[in-house]
Amino acid sequence: MSSPLLYVENLKEYFEIRRGPFGKRSYVKAVDGVSLTLAGREAISIVGESGCGKTTLGKTILRLYEPTDGKIIFRGRDVTHLGWRELKWYRRETGLVQQDPFGALPPFMTVKRILEEPLAIHGIKDRKEREKRVYKALERVKLTPIEDFINKYPHMLSGGQQQRLVIARSIILEPKMIVADEPVSMLDASVRIEILKLLQDLQRRYDLSVIYITHDLSTTRYFSERIYIMYAAHIVESAETKEMLVNPLHPYTRALLNVIPDPDPSNRFMIKEVPIGEPPNLINPPAGCRFNPRCPNFMKGICDTKEPSLIEVGKGHYVKCWLYD
Amino acid sequence: MGERHLSIKSLVMYYRTLRGEVKAVDDVSFSLPKGETIAVIGESGCGKSSLAKSIIRLLPRNVSVYKGTILFNGLNLMDLDEETFTKEIRWTKITYVPQAALNSLNPIIKIGDQMIEPLLLHQKMSKSEALERAAKTLKAVGVNEAFLHHYPFELSGGMKQRVIIAMSLLTNPELMILDEPTSSLDVLTQANIMNLLKSIKKEMKISMVFITHDVSLSSELADKVAVMYAGQIIEFSDAEAFYNNPKHPYSQKLMESVPTLRTDKKLGFIPGSPPSLLDPPRGCRFADRCPFAFEKCVKDPPIMHLNEGFYAKCWLYEKESP
Repeated sequence: MSSPLLYVENLKEYFEIRRGPFGKRSYVKAVDGVSLTLAGREAISIVGESGCGKTTLGKTILRLYEPTDGKIIFRGRDVTHLGWRELKWYRRETGLVQQDPFGALPPFMTVKRILEEPLAIHGIKDRKEREKRVYKALERVKLTPIEDFINKYPHMLSGGQQQRLVIARSIILEPKMIVADEPVSMLDASVRIEILKLLQDLQRRYDLSVIYITHDLSTTRYFSERIYIMYAAHIVESAETKEMLVNPLHPYTRALLNVIPDPDPSNRFMIKEVPIGEPPNLINPPAGCRFNPRCPNFMKGICDTKEPSLIEVGKGHYVKCWLYD
Repeated sequence: MGERHLSIKSLVMYYRTLRGEVKAVDDVSFSLPKGETIAVIGESGCGKSSLAKSIIRLLPRNVSVYKGTILFNGLNLMDLDEETFTKEIRWTKITYVPQAALNSLNPIIKIGDQMIEPLLLHQKMSKSEALERAAKTLKAVGVNEAFLHHYPFELSGGMKQRVIIAMSLLTNPELMILDEPTSSLDVLTQANIMNLLKSIKKEMKISMVFITHDVSLSSELADKVAVMYAGQIIEFSDAEAFYNNPKHPYSQKLMESVPTLRTDKKLGFIPGSPPSLLDPPRGCRFADRCPFAFEKCVKDPPIMHLNEGFYAKCWLYEKESP
């Protein structure tokens, strides 16, 4: 791997909250010191439960939020605090696929207008040229025959077709990287794989890198090369997909892998071990390791006092846990 | 198979909309022995929630056809008038955990007060007696009884779900209908709720109808499996047989689309989309997406019995039918 496409270092995103006009100021630390790298044409996934900060991480990487601290380097350029003029360049180079396709599409615009809008904003004034690009994008996401779709409104499309349209919009400026935030969680089982395969196909064919954000570990096996496990605003473990699934190290990762069912009739006779409690709130996370109140391997005096650091335990396998330090 | 506890025959439920009649449940039959769980699997819009609501007679206001037999302990529920049904069946012998259950708690009434409502209403208990029962049930599902005096917003999602399950256990039901009971919960919380349901099933011997779109999750509870497609059950099977060897082409394709964590497999998907329930095709409803479709599929396939009362609704199994 030469220099990576994206390099994120110690990224932090805090949201200020205040109770009442003179209330005490406090912060929701939604992303708290995350580092990751993404190579060209690579697909990685960020896995975590709701409220762990994975969506905020995705949006901060895309600079939809202004980072509180840390660094985002994209194609060798520091984009952490770009002003709006240069940000437009970054917008062109990146794309977002949202979770709820219907909510992400303007209901009063046709497919054609939805796809033309980003082109117009980014200065493609020639109508013929715009049309050509719209056709190309629709072809790439296989919304064909194009004439059947181009004049339709979003509500006339099925859920899977709407998500294809969202993907078409995210790639129409031919970006180098897209963030797909739970792209299939609102879709039916039989369509999910179709959409994920489409994303994979685009990634491989068109020189695209994908950050796939999900709560569903079982799909990451098929659609990403590297997994980052996120818990309470931290990355607690990262490894290549195969390694992560065969050799999970962090107690949280192990718990997750243990409870996800495969279709197997013997499941119904087994009571599974589940960590007690709930994830902490991100205003006042527990001291030390954030998983310590729920951890089956809790060590008193260590885990609840000092925060472990993310250390490399095997080739490319990082874990943030005192058990391995 | 043991005593048939719940036996549904040719159940039909249509409702009328501006665009026509929606054939949400269209000639559905299955049976379930006491203490067992049937998982009803299907994609959104296949009629699985309508089936659940038809069993407990929570019908939409614009219902146009509602017929068939629902034998429950030998009694045909369809023969009961509304008053008897409300008094003796709904929320007493058969309870229902609705979809999006998290939002079905009233935000301005204390947990305890809303839990005991069915007891006061249906069983004419005194308030203190009812609260005592509620406290006991809450404890059984792993919620501290102190929460009786709290409001719903003070509880996490998983806790709320436990409260709702406790509510549906209060009247000592014989049958619980669970409509996507964990669909908005996190992975770990979901596993917790599944553990709870498993122990309820084992210790209280309550039968369950478990409605879900998640094939993997269904295997956590199912003894029997019914696969629904376009308003019909297209396969009814035993869990062991179904998860290892589904029969109907739709079930096979659906199984192919389930990503697995522990084994490698080639994932597939089903091109196209299910037919509209306003005007389903005359023949087999899956025919135009089916890789095995042949001439015969333009005719509606009857139920082809496989063994021990299980079936597939598919012409491919015609010969094997006795």
